[in-house]
Amino acid sequence: MSDNGNLVEVKNLKKFFPVHTHFFSREKIFVQAVVGVNLTIRRGETLGLVGESGCGKSTLGRLILRLEEATEGQILFEGEDILHYSSERLRQLRRQMQIIFQDPYSSLNPRKTVGSIIGEPLIIHKIGNRKEQEERVLRLMEVVGLRPENINRYPHEFSGGQRQRIGIARALALNPKLIIADEPVSALDVSIQAQVLNLLEDLQQEFHLTYLFIAHDLHVVEHISDRVAVMHLGRIAELARSEDLYRQPKHPYTQALLSANPVPDPTLERKRILLQGEVPSPIHPPSGCNFHTRCLNKFNMCPTAVPQLKEIEPDHWVACFLYGPNK
Amino acid sequence: MLKEKTLCKTSGEQESLRHLFWKRFRQNKLALVGAFIVISLFLVALFAPWLSPYDPGQINIKKILHDPSAKHIFGTDQLGRDVFSRMIWGSRISLLVGFVSMGLATLIGIFLGALAGFYGRWIDNLIMRFVDIMLCFPTFFLILAVIALLEPNIWNIMIIIGITGWMGVARLVRAEFLSLKERDFAVAEKALGARDFRIIFRHILPNALAPVLVAATLGVAGAILTESALSFLGIGVQPPTPSWGNILTAGKDNIQIAWWLSLYPGLAILITVLGYNLLGEGIRDAIDPRLK
Repeated sequence: MSDNGNLVEVKNLKKFFPVHTHFFSREKIFVQAVVGVNLTIRRGETLGLVGESGCGKSTLGRLILRLEEATEGQILFEGEDILHYSSERLRQLRRQMQIIFQDPYSSLNPRKTVGSIIGEPLIIHKIGNRKEQEERVLRLMEVVGLRPENINRYPHEFSGGQRQRIGIARALALNPKLIIADEPVSALDVSIQAQVLNLLEDLQQEFHLTYLFIAHDLHVVEHISDRVAVMHLGRIAELARSEDLYRQPKHPYTQALLSANPVPDPTLERKRILLQGEVPSPIHPPSGCNFHTRCLNKFNMCPTAVPQLKEIEPDHWVACFLYGPNK
Repeated sequence: MLKEKTLCKTSGEQESLRHLFWKRFRQNKLALVGAFIVISLFLVALFAPWLSPYDPGQINIKKILHDPSAKHIFGTDQLGRDVFSRMIWGSRISLLVGFVSMGLATLIGIFLGALAGFYGRWIDNLIMRFVDIMLCFPTFFLILAVIALLEPNIWNIMIIIGITGWMGVARLVRAEFLSLKERDFAVAEKALGARDFRIIFRHILPNALAPVLVAATLGVAGAILTESALSFLGIGVQPPTPSWGNILTAGKDNIQIAWWLSLYPGLAILITVLGYNLLGEGIRDAIDPRLK
């Protein structure tokens, strides 16, 4: 096993969803959700993944978990290509990576008790006997801050934040190495968001977890991430260490996103970059750089070629022709 | 005190949902009437040997086609048998046919509907086109044709009613599965590595059963009606076993001289079917007012 510090390596990953067309139509139409993404997730880090809704960030997360089948590309987990795993090996792999969902109301089966929801992974993988499983469930509940006497209650009796804790406990039950958090706090109250984020950070320390943290809220991502990747229409636009990205955004899209981010200070005068036009359709994305239709810095090269992700400073990757030798 | 006790062993959602269900159900007078009819029929069928004043098969040539009287409150038939006793025993047939055939139909419907909804794509297409084909047949004539080939006994009848009546349930279950399988708790199961069988039957199906229960209750009424019709035509339950349908046949032959032989079994069928329909609709409205 090659261990270069990377837990996950995504290489040229693509996912096209076929769109239902007219029965007699020959033309095949696809939604291009993920278009050739290259990404590494380092062991023990939190990688933030931000972008507008519909940009393919959730799809990317689900592809890594193999909840969706990739159209093309490679996903290496601990150096092994998991896209060709048999269903039995895949089942074993699931113990290594788990997911936390956005909506704590739909992610828990309304007909199961908290105990059986958290214990479900143990039953599926036949870990321990009944007694050991119950002990483990109680331990997990303690870890995520749920009171043990709630073990026999049903999800609907809990608040959103508590439900999210139940979902987190379920994800932790198998001792995974990677957790993909798919907008885990965007459905929660702001006051609860902080609690859940702190819990996630504490758990990362305690269990040596690696997070892929998907969000559309830049503040949340800044707070928790070591590195941040910005996604636009299925491509990574910029990838950098969190502080670099927020202090010196390079890609025009990142700059526009950051300028749109509200700062709770009414006296602060800010220059906002207003993007013109609509978000391009992922069915018919623009040619070349798919941001060129809205980009304020566009020049003649942009509609003609696709910019590759390049390292323009140490650990700062940008996919834009404004940087690098091409200009 | 009593309330406290039920609160103590509250098992959350189940309990509160059940509570709401009863609250809505109790307010629905028609549903209560339906429930009353269905329960009464159950009791009659269960206690038939004690309730019937005569042996339903006992022939008495001295009492052929007697008017209803204190001794024979529904009169006697063309062989002098007590119609009241025969109808009480006939309720067992109705109930048996209703439940067994609908049970069979529900099992088939759940299984095929779950497969179609969960796997989608060509499996879905295959099963749903098969449903369409089955729905194209005029069910009653299909049953007639099959019975003509097979021996017309009660078990064959139940099986045939069952395998021609599952399509509605399959469509319902499929529709529920289509939406439930996209819910995050089903996705979470997949992410945890659960096998399909577990996801389908342990996690999705329990959440899809409410509309199936309603369809099954309404289906029981339909099955009872079909059985009566088949028995009336002489290809259902065979005499001397009493069933409401074959009592009606005897009534048809003697309708000008013995009205009671047609009226009472006809009424029994009417009330039973009405009872199941009222109950089914009551359950539907109480489970979820939006299903209306």
